[in-house]
Amino acid sequence: MAAPDREPVIRVRDLVVGFGDRVVLDHLSLDVRRGEILGVVGASGGGKSVLLRTIIGLIPKRQGKIEVFGIDLDAATPDETRAIGRRCGILFQQGALFSSLTALQNVQYPMREFLEASEELMTDVALAKLEMVGLTREDAEKFPSELSGGMTKRVALARALALDPEIVFLDEPTSGLDPISAEDFDSLIRTLQQTLGLTVYMNTHDLHTLNSVCDRIAALADGKVVALGDMEAMHACEHPWVHEYFGGKRARAVAHEPEPAAT
Amino acid sequence: MQPLLKSTAATDRLELSAAGSWTAVHAGELEKLVEPVLREPAAARPAVIDIAEVRELDTFGAWLIERLFRRFAEGGPEPRLVGVPEHFRGLLDEVRHTNRRPPAARGQENRFLAAVENLGRHTAEIGSDFLNLVATFGEMGVALGRAFLRPQILTSIVHHLDRVAWQAVPIILLITFLIGGIIAQQGIFHFRKFGAEDYVVDLVGILVLREIGVLLVAIMVAGRSGSSYTAELGSMKMREEIDALRTMGLDPVEVLILPRVLALVCALPILTFLGSMSALLGGGFVAWLYGGMAPEIFIERLREAISIDHFEVGIIKAPFMALVIGAVAVSEGLKVKGSAESLGLQTTTSVVKSIFYVIVLDGIFAVFFASIGM
Ligand SMILES: Nc1ncnc2c1ncn2[C@@H]1O[C@H](COP(=O)(O)OP(=O)(O)O)[C@@H](O)[C@H]1O
Ligand SMILES: [Mg+2]
Repeated sequence: MAAPDREPVIRVRDLVVGFGDRVVLDHLSLDVRRGEILGVVGASGGGKSVLLRTIIGLIPKRQGKIEVFGIDLDAATPDETRAIGRRCGILFQQGALFSSLTALQNVQYPMREFLEASEELMTDVALAKLEMVGLTREDAEKFPSELSGGMTKRVALARALALDPEIVFLDEPTSGLDPISAEDFDSLIRTLQQTLGLTVYMNTHDLHTLNSVCDRIAALADGKVVALGDMEAMHACEHPWVHEYFGGKRARAVAHEPEPAAT
Repeated sequence: MQPLLKSTAATDRLELSAAGSWTAVHAGELEKLVEPVLREPAAARPAVIDIAEVRELDTFGAWLIERLFRRFAEGGPEPRLVGVPEHFRGLLDEVRHTNRRPPAARGQENRFLAAVENLGRHTAEIGSDFLNLVATFGEMGVALGRAFLRPQILTSIVHHLDRVAWQAVPIILLITFLIGGIIAQQGIFHFRKFGAEDYVVDLVGILVLREIGVLLVAIMVAGRSGSSYTAELGSMKMREEIDALRTMGLDPVEVLILPRVLALVCALPILTFLGSMSALLGGGFVAWLYGGMAPEIFIERLREAISIDHFEVGIIKAPFMALVIGAVAVSEGLKVKGSAESLGLQTTTSVVKSIFYVIVLDGIFAVFFASIGM
C-alpha cells in the first residue's frame, strides 16, 4: 500500500454547488491523497454523485476551487483539461457503456481516441483488462444489453482503466450487486489499486466496502464533510447521521468481522 | 521520458535491456521498438530481458514486455526476466495470466456469398415484415374489444390527441398553406399561355381535396408523430419498461399502443381537413395577389369546380393512412434491441416504411375510387 500521507492529487476547497434554490454542497473541502482509496459515504440524495461529477467537471460549481494534479480546473487550458481527462477513469453509477459497441470495443474506445497504438496492441491490452476484471473472452464480444448487472460494472471498470489512469472515480461500484459479487468487486478494486498504483475515489453505501477496502472514509452530510478518517474516526463522530449509520447494528456486525486476508 | 530498448547479442545469449517510460502515452513508440525484435527469427540462444532501468510501467508496457517474453519462450529456451523492480512485480504477474487462450478463429467469409445471403435475408424480411404488420393489426383488434371495458383509455387517447393533433396544427397549417400557394402559382404561370388561368381554381381545388391535402398531412404526421411513437416505444423496450408492464399483468398493446394509434386515427382526418382548407386559402391568396383573381370570384369558381365527392375521397383515406402509420410506428418501436444505434435505425425505418405504405395505399384508393366512379 502506498504511503497515505503524500501530496493530495485532488484538492477541493470551499465548494458550493446547487440546483435552483437548493444548495447541495455547502462550502465543502476535501483532499484526496495519492495512492489511497477514499470512500465517500452519505445519505441517499446527500450529494455524493454531485460532488464526484463536479470534481470531474460535469456540473458547474457556484463557488470554490478544485485542483486536480495541482492544476486549477478553472484556469486550465483546453489541452490541460484533456490531459487531466486522460489521467482519470470514471465508473458511472449506471455503467454508461456505449450500447452500440461490444464490451471489447467499449474498452478500446478511449484508447482509439487518445493513443497512437496499433489495432492489435489495443485489442490485446483491452482483452487483458477485461480478463483482469474477471471477464472471459466470450463476454468481450457481448453487447451491453446482453450483460448482467455485475458484468456491466466490470466492463465499466475495465473501460475506466483503459488508459491506465492515475485516479479512478467509482460511483457506487457495488450497489445492486449480490453480497458475493460485491465482495469480489471489492477485492478486485484492492488488487488493481495495488498492482496499478491507483488513487481511488469511491462513492459507496456499502459498509463492508468501507471497512475492508478503504484507507480513509469521508462522511458527507448537510452538504459538508462532517467526518474524515478511518473507522475509528467515524465511530467517534458526533454528527447524528454518521452516528446512526456507523453505530447501527449492521455496522457493528461488519466492524467485528475478521479482516479479510490481505490480497 | 523516452522509452528505450537495446539489444546486445552475446555469443551465448541475447540480451535486451529496456529503459524509460513504458506507458500508454508512448504506446506508438514502444510498438516500433518491440516490433523488429518480435519479427527476428527465433534464436536458439536463451534470451535475457532486463527491465531494471524502466522508470514507469503500466498495462501497455507490461503487455509489450510480456509479448517479448512469450515470443522468446515459444522459439527456444525459457527466457529470463531480470532486474524487476518490486513495485512492478504485481502488474507483470497480473499480465502474465491474461490472453492465454488463443483467439477464436474467425472463418474468412466469401464476399459474393455474403452478398447473396444478404439479398435472401432482406427478401425474406419483406414477407415477415408484412406479416408482422398484420399481426399488429390483429393484436390491436383484440385489445380494442377489451378496451371498451376500461374507460381509462379515454384519458390516454386525449393526452395523445393533444400531442399529435393539437400541437401539430400550426406547422401543418403553415406548410399546406405554402404548398397550396405554390400549386396555384405554377398553375397560373403555365395556364396563362393558353389563356386558361381560370382553371387554376379547378387544379388547386381538386388536387388539394382529393390527393395533396391528405397525402401531405399523412407524410408530415409520419415524420412527426410516427417517428416519436417509434422512439418512445423503442426506448421503453430498451429500458425494460415494457417487460415491467407485462409483469404487472397489463397488456402493452392495450396500454401503450392502442391509445396512440386511436389518437392518430382521430387526428389525421381533422388535420387533413384543416390542411386542405389552409391549402385552398393559400391557393386563393396567390391567385388574388399573383393572378389578379378577386377572392369572391375564386370562391365562386371553386363552388362550381368541386363537389362533395372530391372532399369525401380525400377525407375517407385519412383514417386508413393513420392506421398504417400507427401500426408501422409501434411495430418498429417494439423491434428495437438494446443499443442506441438500433433505436435510431428503427426510427428511420419506421418513417421510411410508413411513407411508402401511405403512398401505396393512396394508389390502391385511386384505383378503387376510379372504379366506383367517384
Ligand atoms: N441535475 C440535477 N438537477 C437538479 N437536482 C439535482 C441534479 N442532480 C442531483 N440533484 C439533486 O442533488 C441531490 C444530491 O444528489 P446525488 O448526488 O445524486 O445523491 P447521492 O448522494 O445519492 O449520489 C439530490 O437531492 C438530487 O435531487
Ligand atoms: Mg449517486
